Amino acid sequence: MADIQLKDLVKSYGPTEVLHHIEGDINDGEFIVIVGPSGCGKSTLLRMVAGLESVTSGEISIGGRRVNELEPSARDIAMVFQNYALYPHMSVRQNMAYGLKIRKLPKDEINRRVEEAAEILEIKQYLDRKPRQLSGGQRQRVAMGRAIVRDPQVFLFDEPLSNLDAKLRVQMRLEIRKLQQRLGVTSIYVTHDQVEAMTLGDRLMVLNGGYVEQFGTPIELYDRPASVFVAGFIGSPAMNFFPAELSGGQAALPGGGVLPVASAHSGTATLGLRPEHLMQDPAGPIAIEVELLEQLGANTLIHGRLPGTDLSITASVPGHANDGTGSIRRFSVAPELTHLFDPATGKRLED
Amino acid sequence: MLKRVHFPTSALPYLLVAPQIAITLVFFLWPASQAMYQSFLIEDAFGLGTEFVWFENFEVLATDPHYLASFQRTAVFSLLVAALSMGVALILAGFAQRVVRGAMFYRTMLIWPYAVAPVLAGALWVFMFNPTLGIFPYFLEFAGITWNHYLNGTQAMALVILAAAWKQVAYNFLFYLAAMQSIPNSVIEAAAIDGAGPARRFWTIIFPLISPTTFFLLVINMVYAFFETFGIIHAVTQGGPGTSTTILVYKVFNDGFVGLDLGGSAAQSVVLMVLVIAMTVVQFRFVERKVAY
Amino acid sequence: MVENRPLTAFLTHLVLILGVLAIALPVWITFVAATHDQLRMNQAPLPLWPGDHFLVNMKQTLFGSGLSGTETAPVWLMLLNSLAMALMISTGKIAISLLSAFAIVYFKFPFRMTFFWMIFITLMLPVEVRILPTFEVVANLGMLNSYWGLSVPLIASATATFMFRQVFLTVPDELLESARIDGAGPLRFFFDILLPLSRTNIAALFVILFIFGWNQYLWPLLITTDTSMTTIVMSIKQMLEAAEQSPQWNIIMTTALLAMIPPVFVVIAMQKLFVQGLTETDK
Repeated sequence: MADIQLKDLVKSYGPTEVLHHIEGDINDGEFIVIVGPSGCGKSTLLRMVAGLESVTSGEISIGGRRVNELEPSARDIAMVFQNYALYPHMSVRQNMAYGLKIRKLPKDEINRRVEEAAEILEIKQYLDRKPRQLSGGQRQRVAMGRAIVRDPQVFLFDEPLSNLDAKLRVQMRLEIRKLQQRLGVTSIYVTHDQVEAMTLGDRLMVLNGGYVEQFGTPIELYDRPASVFVAGFIGSPAMNFFPAELSGGQAALPGGGVLPVASAHSGTATLGLRPEHLMQDPAGPIAIEVELLEQLGANTLIHGRLPGTDLSITASVPGHANDGTGSIRRFSVAPELTHLFDPATGKRLED
Repeated sequence: MLKRVHFPTSALPYLLVAPQIAITLVFFLWPASQAMYQSFLIEDAFGLGTEFVWFENFEVLATDPHYLASFQRTAVFSLLVAALSMGVALILAGFAQRVVRGAMFYRTMLIWPYAVAPVLAGALWVFMFNPTLGIFPYFLEFAGITWNHYLNGTQAMALVILAAAWKQVAYNFLFYLAAMQSIPNSVIEAAAIDGAGPARRFWTIIFPLISPTTFFLLVINMVYAFFETFGIIHAVTQGGPGTSTTILVYKVFNDGFVGLDLGGSAAQSVVLMVLVIAMTVVQFRFVERKVAY
Repeated sequence: MVENRPLTAFLTHLVLILGVLAIALPVWITFVAATHDQLRMNQAPLPLWPGDHFLVNMKQTLFGSGLSGTETAPVWLMLLNSLAMALMISTGKIAISLLSAFAIVYFKFPFRMTFFWMIFITLMLPVEVRILPTFEVVANLGMLNSYWGLSVPLIASATATFMFRQVFLTVPDELLESARIDGAGPLRFFFDILLPLSRTNIAALFVILFIFGWNQYLWPLLITTDTSMTTIVMSIKQMLEAAEQSPQWNIIMTTALLAMIPPVFVVIAMQKLFVQGLTETDK
């Protein structure tokens, strides 16, 4: 078991810098999810920890030991790949045993570990099959089994669920979480799926364009997003943003409407409102001109715009709704649930 | 070209490429450069000295009626071999792709000549056309044709073309069949619904769709006829009667090993090299274009 | 087939059967010639139906002195020479191509592209265009009349290297990463992962190269003067020359049959691999 430190980590390909001065401390046994849109550098970061990409500058240490120069096999890590990377010509058993065999572990020790991992993952009956004879979910388990038998200090997951169908994905997500809690191994998990990130991670590292936007617990990210990017990325449906004029603890919306905010700033700001925080209130300051309804059963998404502007807004209301196109609905928001950002930098304006 | 991840640099890759590079240097690049160098030399009649003469050997070739005739002959020979073997293969493949039952059997029975060495193909045909004993001259006699490819240049040419094409049908058949089988069935069915009969479908749908294969095979067959038919010529006619079947490859061999005209033979080698390079470039351009589809 | 009219089906099969017969005719004639005695083979018209001398001819060809009145090696030795040459060429080509393709795909090292282009150029230098100087090199190295001389100058192969390069490029990168995390070094990865994954490609290529090696003609003709090094494919030409004095067509055609049986057998027995090999190496 080990903690991981990322210190001032930079990755460049030639003159192009793709990861900029990443900092992060990961505690022993923690489950960290690196999340961000495609091309943000999250896989590169994970592969640097694995030793599959070189470090341009900065330092990675695992368990207090600098690993920058170590071969992947010397870092005491195991990795689960997006396409599983099972050796197609080897049986499940051989796949799981391969790394141990190279390490020259005794035969009965290898067998014991493989059987044990197969037991945990419920793939015992497939041990002598080839990967191509298995379903996607089973292959996924074998890939995890291969990681488990190594008994490593760190698990690395590179979008391991993205090749599965939606239902299986939810199921495997739960299993990965349970397994990690049971084994207590420090884990880093890369995904572009914010729901996966929120449900799996003890803490999330949100990456955008090679920068860490925010590193915190799922609830911190939801309640106090550090930037417009995090605010828009975390939460579904996504947060609404408007340009607003602040003065005296109030924000004026385009097209009229003034609402109280928990901030003493003044001047122009970006105001963020989560759809689920918009409360139906006939006397509320926010008006929505309804354009489209999405009935989800338990709740309804109202898509529309602020009257007299072309700014879109979405609200989520409980139960059913049947507003006609063009009708007006009014909402209010509790001041502590409003988010304010600097329009120039996109950073959160502190209260 | 290169994997995204690769092994760290060490001496290992050099050791891995060493055998191939060594053989390439010693048996390919060095001899080729020697051929190029010798093509600039003329050896005197007694083999006592050589003289560097720049492009004189090439100038001699360019004005040598024998060489130019050989060039022309090679072109005719190659085109006829390609046309004959591709034509027969096209027809057979066109019928074979319609067969459901027994398709494997026909394929097997049509592709095996690929494995027959050109010189053996030559031996088989020269036996069948042996002027005194052969089966074909015997029957041709009834049609009033006297066959003797030892005396008649046109007949000799016809015989080597037949032997060369016979062997190559297998290869062309295989590629045509594969090309036709890769045409989606729905396209053929759509044409049938539009009222096109089998023959019409073949010429208006299948044949145009496999035109890339036709072009590819044309290049491959030209290369085959240019270089790999040496054995056939050597066994069947030895370039004769006279020089009526002396194609370029045979002439290089003959002038070099039999005539011992080193400079001239080397110059011919260089010309052949240029031809191979040109054909290879055409072939690669074609492959690239096909990838882009 | 879209239509199912009996007449078209009949016509289709008719054309194909005629094609098969026409293609097979030369070999039939050869076979018939190999089943008659020398006397019968000197009377026109030649027979079109097999006789009863096949085993006698076979025995005389394989273990006798071959053609009477010529100084040649026994045919069984020629078959052995051909087999040795074909195996050395095919395994040699496969071995050095696998290694160099592995280096070029999986390593980044100075002069990598230089080596790649050097290998590529061999594609444009068939033995026919560099006969004389290559002969000189082999003669200077003292490799005339040897198995090494027969095979080594032919085993550098751009096509095989390219094919393996293509195969390796389709192997997912993650397998290498996974193997590295498992602790496998380059050679271990090559033998444990890459070779097993390429085994059908290797087999397919072997089929093609075996035929290529067996059928070599010009090169062995140049560098073997010692009759004990004669390959069977070469011997046909010598026999044809001898036939002009005293035609022994039954023996010549038996030899021809023996010369073509091994490669033809390989094509028919390993048809799937053969087709795969042919289409892979030429594209």
